[in-house]
Amino acid sequence: MRAEGRASEALLVEGLTKSFGSLAVLRGIDLAVAEHEVICLIGASGSGKSTLLRCVNLLEPIDAGRIVVGGQEITAARVDVDRVRRSIGIVFQAFNLFPHLRVIDNITLAPRRVLGRDRGAAEAAATDLLRRFGLEDKRLEYPDRLSGGQQQRVAIVRALAMEPQLLLLDEITSALDPELIAEVLDVVRELARGGMTMLIATHEMGFARDVADRVAFLDQGRMLEIGPPAAILSEPREPRTRQFLQRVIAAGRL
Amino acid sequence: MIGSGPAESGSIPPVAAGRRARLLPAPGDRRGFGIAIVSTVIVFGLLGFVIVSSAGWPRVQQSFFDPATFEASWPRVTRAFWVNVQLFLLAEALVLVLGLVIAVLRSLPGAALAPIRLLATAYVDLFRALPGILVISMLGFGVPALRIEGLPTDEFFWALVALTLLYSAYVSEVYRAGIDSIHPSQAAAARSLGLSQLQAMRFVVVPQAIRRVIPPLLNDFIGLQKDTALVSVLGVVEVFRAAQIRQAATFNSTPYVITAIIFLLLTVPMARLVDWLVRRQQRRSAAGAR
Repeated sequence: MRAEGRASEALLVEGLTKSFGSLAVLRGIDLAVAEHEVICLIGASGSGKSTLLRCVNLLEPIDAGRIVVGGQEITAARVDVDRVRRSIGIVFQAFNLFPHLRVIDNITLAPRRVLGRDRGAAEAAATDLLRRFGLEDKRLEYPDRLSGGQQQRVAIVRALAMEPQLLLLDEITSALDPELIAEVLDVVRELARGGMTMLIATHEMGFARDVADRVAFLDQGRMLEIGPPAAILSEPREPRTRQFLQRVIAAGRL
Repeated sequence: MIGSGPAESGSIPPVAAGRRARLLPAPGDRRGFGIAIVSTVIVFGLLGFVIVSSAGWPRVQQSFFDPATFEASWPRVTRAFWVNVQLFLLAEALVLVLGLVIAVLRSLPGAALAPIRLLATAYVDLFRALPGILVISMLGFGVPALRIEGLPTDEFFWALVALTLLYSAYVSEVYRAGIDSIHPSQAAAARSLGLSQLQAMRFVVVPQAIRRVIPPLLNDFIGLQKDTALVSVLGVVEVFRAAQIRQAATFNSTPYVITAIIFLLLTVPMARLVDWLVRRQQRRSAAGAR
């Protein structure tokens, strides 16, 4: 495996393209994420935000381009995808908790089965994480007994339990009732303060403004502009970005 | 490819359940309950009257419902039933394992595994296509006739093999339907945590699938339990064969009625249990569990 990219780059995406049949979803994406950096991806539904995240986690095969994580090209041939995914966490819009497992078992499944931790150590680590996010009393509950916000926080804890170098968040508040959004975003804010490297697809512009080091605007599979949140959200260069933000403001989401 | 689009939350509302026909009207509905009782008594009374007043009834009564033969044959026929019990308990244990293996093999993705999927599919097609009595006869008479050194020639053994092969094919289809019913986002979530394809199956998909398929699985087991009577063609003295022997000895068919009663006692409670499990599952999914 070749070592490439600067050491400070947690993630490097170059010339990434991806189509579903005749539909081109990503049309040449270039992106570099530094360690401890938080990048928010904004853009309309169908602009390619989710697909980009799923490609970075190798949940979707890519058509062209390359992805380098922590100096290793993960899109190279004969890469062990299971090993790659251990170091990249992803949290989904629909939580995707395992309904047949209690909260604690949802969190410890991968540390035990993938990293080979013993039950005691895995549960102690999981309990610490749950305590940090105010979920300690839910450790023995099944997911369907929790609110949407609690479920999503458990899903975040489940991803964190693998101690990922990079965390991908795919519109994690889009399936939540408005009053539950804040508790989930607070968790993400705390992770950002703690120095977690994150790539976040979101529709929450206010949140992107506070938490992101840079904001990237995606439109029809292209990254039209990227820069500090103040610049992108207040003085966008591209007419498409302006148009998108005007629609968001009209919908009362900024 | 694993997983699906991003918007897959439980957004499909449960379909409003239509009024399901009940076996009897609700206990609170006294008028309905009365009508049900009266109409039942009339229908069954008429049916009974037609049978009992038919010209052949006295002879049928004598040859199928003879108390003396019943008493004399009951111990031997019921004892022979233990052979059926051993047969179906062993077969069920084997079917649970073999059926699951076949189902998982058929569900594995990847171009390189095509021959495995093909073989598993051919197996399922073959054993679902053949009549059970044929498979039992061919294995039970055919394989021992090969006189291969070391292969058992015991009829019970080959009966067990035949029933296991037959019912594993059905049960693997039940398992597979269950595996397919688990949303791909579950496997995607497992893979995203670094679990391998097989680990995702074992720890995430299969445990959820099995819970969903318990009722249809038990249904297949009811079929298997009844089909243990087919192995009588091999000369295994199980319940039906024992009844035939008693019938030949007494020139009276009451032993068949004994056999029928035994199967009813076994199977009707199990069918009720399946119904109850299905209804409980429907109630739970209607209650909005995601």
